[in-house]
Amino acid sequence: MVVQHADPAHEHGDHHATQSWVKKYLLSTDHKIICFQYMFTGMTLAIVAGFFSYVFRMQMAFPGMNVPGWGLVTPSDYNMLVTNHGAIMIFWVAMPVLIAAFGNYLIPLMIGADDMVFPKINRLSYQIFLLSVVVLFASFFVDGGGFGGAWTMYPPLMAKAEYNLTGAGSSVFLLAVALEFVAFLLGGINFVTTAMNARAPGMKLYDIPIVVWMIVIASILFMASVGPLIAGAVMMLFDQQLGTAFFDPNRGGDPILWQHLFWFFGHPEVYVVLLPAIGIVAEIITVFSRKKLFAYKTVLNTAIGTGILSFTVWAHHQFVAGIDPRMANIFTVTTLIISIPIAEMMFVYVATLYGGSITLSTPMLWALGFIGTFLIGGVTGIFLGASGADIYLHDTYFVLAHFHYTFFPIAIIGTYAGLTFWFPKMFGKEMNETLGKIHFWGTFISFNCIFIPLFFTGMLGDHRRIFDYTNFPELTTPMLENLRAFATLSLIVMLGFQLVFVYNFVTSLLWGKKAEINPWRANTLEWTTASPPPHGNWPVLPTVYRGPYEYSVPGRKDDFWPQDAKG
Amino acid sequence: MSAAADRPIATGRSATGMPTGRLAVWWIIASEIVIFGGLLGSYVMHRLAHDAFAEQAAHTNTWIGAFNTFVLLTSSLFAVQAHKASDEGDGKKAARLLYYTMAGGVIFLVVKAFEWTTEIQAGYTIASNTFWSFYYTAAGIHAAHVIAGVIIMGIVAQTAKKNLELQRVELIGLYWHFVDVVWIFLFPLLYIAK
Repeated sequence: MVVQHADPAHEHGDHHATQSWVKKYLLSTDHKIICFQYMFTGMTLAIVAGFFSYVFRMQMAFPGMNVPGWGLVTPSDYNMLVTNHGAIMIFWVAMPVLIAAFGNYLIPLMIGADDMVFPKINRLSYQIFLLSVVVLFASFFVDGGGFGGAWTMYPPLMAKAEYNLTGAGSSVFLLAVALEFVAFLLGGINFVTTAMNARAPGMKLYDIPIVVWMIVIASILFMASVGPLIAGAVMMLFDQQLGTAFFDPNRGGDPILWQHLFWFFGHPEVYVVLLPAIGIVAEIITVFSRKKLFAYKTVLNTAIGTGILSFTVWAHHQFVAGIDPRMANIFTVTTLIISIPIAEMMFVYVATLYGGSITLSTPMLWALGFIGTFLIGGVTGIFLGASGADIYLHDTYFVLAHFHYTFFPIAIIGTYAGLTFWFPKMFGKEMNETLGKIHFWGTFISFNCIFIPLFFTGMLGDHRRIFDYTNFPELTTPMLENLRAFATLSLIVMLGFQLVFVYNFVTSLLWGKKAEINPWRANTLEWTTASPPPHGNWPVLPTVYRGPYEYSVPGRKDDFWPQDAKG
Repeated sequence: MSAAADRPIATGRSATGMPTGRLAVWWIIASEIVIFGGLLGSYVMHRLAHDAFAEQAAHTNTWIGAFNTFVLLTSSLFAVQAHKASDEGDGKKAARLLYYTMAGGVIFLVVKAFEWTTEIQAGYTIASNTFWSFYYTAAGIHAAHVIAGVIIMGIVAQTAKKNLELQRVELIGLYWHFVDVVWIFLFPLLYIAK
């Protein structure tokens, strides 16, 4: 049932013509500006986390060397670097860019609204997020240095200062994570209510573009999974600061409880970031195949099913933590089941490509790259989901390589796909295609060169928590050392190729060709307004007449059919 | 009504048929349920695994807990009446009833402060053992919600008094009932199950 309460007399107007710079860019309530705030903050943090990975990879490949730009890497440096690389990439890069930035930009524009339903809460969400960044950075500089007990924060390492040696840093780190959760709860409620209530007249549930659905489902997953961890974070903070013993077995607590609370959030979290990336890929693949998305409702139902299933797999992270083996069997089964819906989505995308007239533009290359790399990530997950194999592979570089084959496609490839696709709309300029393709191939090839060797080092016994392999004679064979060095050099090459993107981004922004309203000839509503869209998005808000993927409809002159076109 | 004029058109739309504000409050409550769900779930698991909990729980004061339950439930009654008044367009009456609700929240907190002082003086602190850790953590997070509810209710009452934004009376009422329901779970878990 669709009820429309909007007052038509208000469907016009832009009364924010002249504003100061601070008001327009720092204190704006406009969803597009808040998108840019989230995006640029996230990208800045990505540079920090990328630099961290360079430093600890240098230590891995060349133990004891003076790393240019850092110096000698001490064991506590190393722990702090890997912990914060992981935490930053997930909480302060993947989430703000994929969900907050793209969600903010795309939801109102794709459903034909002039803004989010709660613009001030939206602004507050970013401000709390920014505060969490400041608190995180503060944690690097307090007494004892930044927290180094891995981003999963397991007790007793997290709970006891005498073990982690960063008493202040670990509490401040926990506070930063908690603030980040608050920011995303506020943002998520805004996203869900906006998509539910603020759709353009005529837009029915199945007319909503897949990427909007995905961001909404992801926000709901986040909301439903993060609660126990928030409670857990309070308990952890009390263990650290007030002397409680929630996670201390000597005094009646239970350290495994934390793992349950953490992974009950942590595993749905994988899908929280995966779904928006999968949605971005769906939009790009349909546009550049000039074909209707194969099985819209299947993708949607599959995503909802994945979301529900994702709450039943968390203990596959704890196969070696001493959980009941009968329990491990159940979680093995659910974990293997969850690969089915994801495989289904991959097949749907391949079916969409089949028979289409494909253009290999930069966004399309990223989208195809996503499918290829994520596939490897998914397939290697089968080994780890089976508890028998996991007992051998647990905490080796095999896990690490598997994880990066899922998260790199999500957080990096997915982001570049979306950014190159919507850049003309966001900034009103076109990006350079040649540089875009150089950047894609450079990143894509070097990414595989980093992580394929790490699958092998993991299978040969490389343990992920070892800081200096020279202490382990059986891990200092020439083969292992060469593989590690090759992975590290590939990382440096990959980081180098990101300069191509930065150059392309800045020069396109300043001197790029002016973008048309609809450069990709796409159907969805954001391509019906000016590039970049004005405050309020449209002079008159659009009405929707059809679904988002009507490409190459027989009998029409154009091979696309915008959602707001009457006939 | 300048605040309302600044609002985007999106805020006034209602494709689901439910006003956006009410929809959002339900989502807030949904996300809060899992916070308390995780905490109370952990408590119940601990309780089942440790018989020593029962001995410790015997020291809580059931009568004070029961009195606070009564106070909180009564305050919810005023919240319902405030909603009724706002539906009838009587902002002044709604504001007055909200003040009564707030008074209930304040009495609850004062009693709680008295209770905690007594417990701490008797040597039961947050670090005594896991039962008391849960006791103070769960009731403490709940009390933080009571404080937040009282403050927001004060703000809502200020605008409702001028007959503005009357829909907010219902929204803060929804939240207040949720805070009430959490206490309905805490009371038996912390005070009755001995």
